[in-house]
Amino acid sequence: MDLITPEFGLVFWTLITFLLLLFILRKFAWKPILGAVSEREEGIKEALASAEKARQEMENLNADNQRILQEARAEREAMLKDARDMKNKMIADAKEEAQTQASKMIEQAQAAIESEKKSAMNELKNHVAELSIEIAEKVVKQELAQDSKQLKLVEDMLSETTLN
Amino acid sequence: MMTLNTLKKRLFFTLFIAVFSFGFASSEKETEGDKEFNPKEMILHHVKDAYGMHIIDINGHPISIPLPVILWTDEGLTTFMSSEFHHDYNGEVIVEKNGQRFVNFHEKVYVLNEGESEVKFDEDHHLINAERPIDISITRNVFMMWVSITVLLLLFISAARRYKKSEEYVPSGIASFVEPLIVFVRDEIARPMIGESKYKRYMPFLLTIFFFIWINNIFGLIPILNGANLSGNIAFTFTLAVLTFIITTVSGNKNYWKHIFWMPGVPVPMKIFLMPIEIIGMFVKPISLMIRLFANITAGHVIILALMSLIFVFKTVAIAPVSVAFSLFITVIEIIVTAIQAYIFTILSALYFGMATEEEHH
Repeated sequence: MDLITPEFGLVFWTLITFLLLLFILRKFAWKPILGAVSEREEGIKEALASAEKARQEMENLNADNQRILQEARAEREAMLKDARDMKNKMIADAKEEAQTQASKMIEQAQAAIESEKKSAMNELKNHVAELSIEIAEKVVKQELAQDSKQLKLVEDMLSETTLN
Repeated sequence: MMTLNTLKKRLFFTLFIAVFSFGFASSEKETEGDKEFNPKEMILHHVKDAYGMHIIDINGHPISIPLPVILWTDEGLTTFMSSEFHHDYNGEVIVEKNGQRFVNFHEKVYVLNEGESEVKFDEDHHLINAERPIDISITRNVFMMWVSITVLLLLFISAARRYKKSEEYVPSGIASFVEPLIVFVRDEIARPMIGESKYKRYMPFLLTIFFFIWINNIFGLIPILNGANLSGNIAFTFTLAVLTFIITTVSGNKNYWKHIFWMPGVPVPMKIFLMPIEIIGMFVKPISLMIRLFANITAGHVIILALMSLIFVFKTVAIAPVSVAFSLFITVIEIIVTAIQAYIFTILSALYFGMATEEEHH
């Protein structure tokens, strides 16, 4: 049955043609195409990997930013607190200072008043003494204007000063 | 896919038997009158190879493209154009070249024995006074094969140029059409069947055989090319199957041969029992490749031609719509089959290469 008997001529030409086709296509088509396709696939893989890396880095950066922001906020908070504390302390200090100053001044004033009072008292005493001496002078003068009286006085005094 | 194949094979067988029994029954009538339409002869004439590209008959005059007949005889190389037979294939026209007489008998060239001037037949209608020379003619199948490789070369080399032009290897134009097919062969056939580490070596063969079979399957379906049935020719499928066999055998590693001659992991009597089976299997694999492609493609052609023959068998135009509708249906299936058969041939070849190069695993 020659339908299922391979003809030599066709086998011969098929073999030559196929091997030629294989050789030419391998050199001029399959190599460049497969090379380009795999190179592109590599490129895509690399691009994806680097995109992933960039995303990771971005995430890290974001986290860093967040952290820095947090820190800054905490720092600000601390600084504000410090400032507030300092303010309070300063006010307190000032108050205390003022208090002591005031009490000192009052003391000084009191002391001054005291000494003024003393000197005024002394002056007043001196004044009173002088005045009383003057008065006594005047009185004595009047009393001793008469000789009799003078004599009497002398006598009195002498009597008093009896030789003890 | 398998059901389609088995269905097609059944159809092929029934039709084949039907066609041939009809042929034998009517063979006695043949002598009475040549005008009687003989579907068997017509179908076989279309399915088999021929020396000229027959295009059309106008008023009973056949018009065909002559192709060179190349013969190696006792007298050396002899060539002439197929037109010198004047479309005869019954051994009636005798061509004289280099002092030898040639006849075309059922699309096979015979050289008449010394001193004979006319062909003689025995009772079984076989030639008795002529022999076949070594025949490497450019038949219509060879011609169509060359047309197909021209198309393939143009297609793929121009596609490959596209990659050189663009720096980023972005496919454009024809490259964006062929690239998915190439990637399909790589990712769906070579990689899973052969394995990641070894598939690259077999890629050129697998790609070439896939596209070579596919395009010739498609060309076989184009009616104006008169169904040059190259991929449905046993010589063509035989050659490709032999190539697959050679590559499988050459690339077979220690593990592969061990599985054939001394199957590991089974008792000794079983090893001895399996050895002949495995040795037969070595040859059955490529033979199945050869028969599968040949039978599927030839079956498609036979079915379409048989359906068309109904018009002439019944000698009425009324049957034409039925014939046309059925053969359209079969043609659509055949278009799918062109790709499926190319795919099956390639994937099975890849599977055999994968089996031959598989490493031992425990």
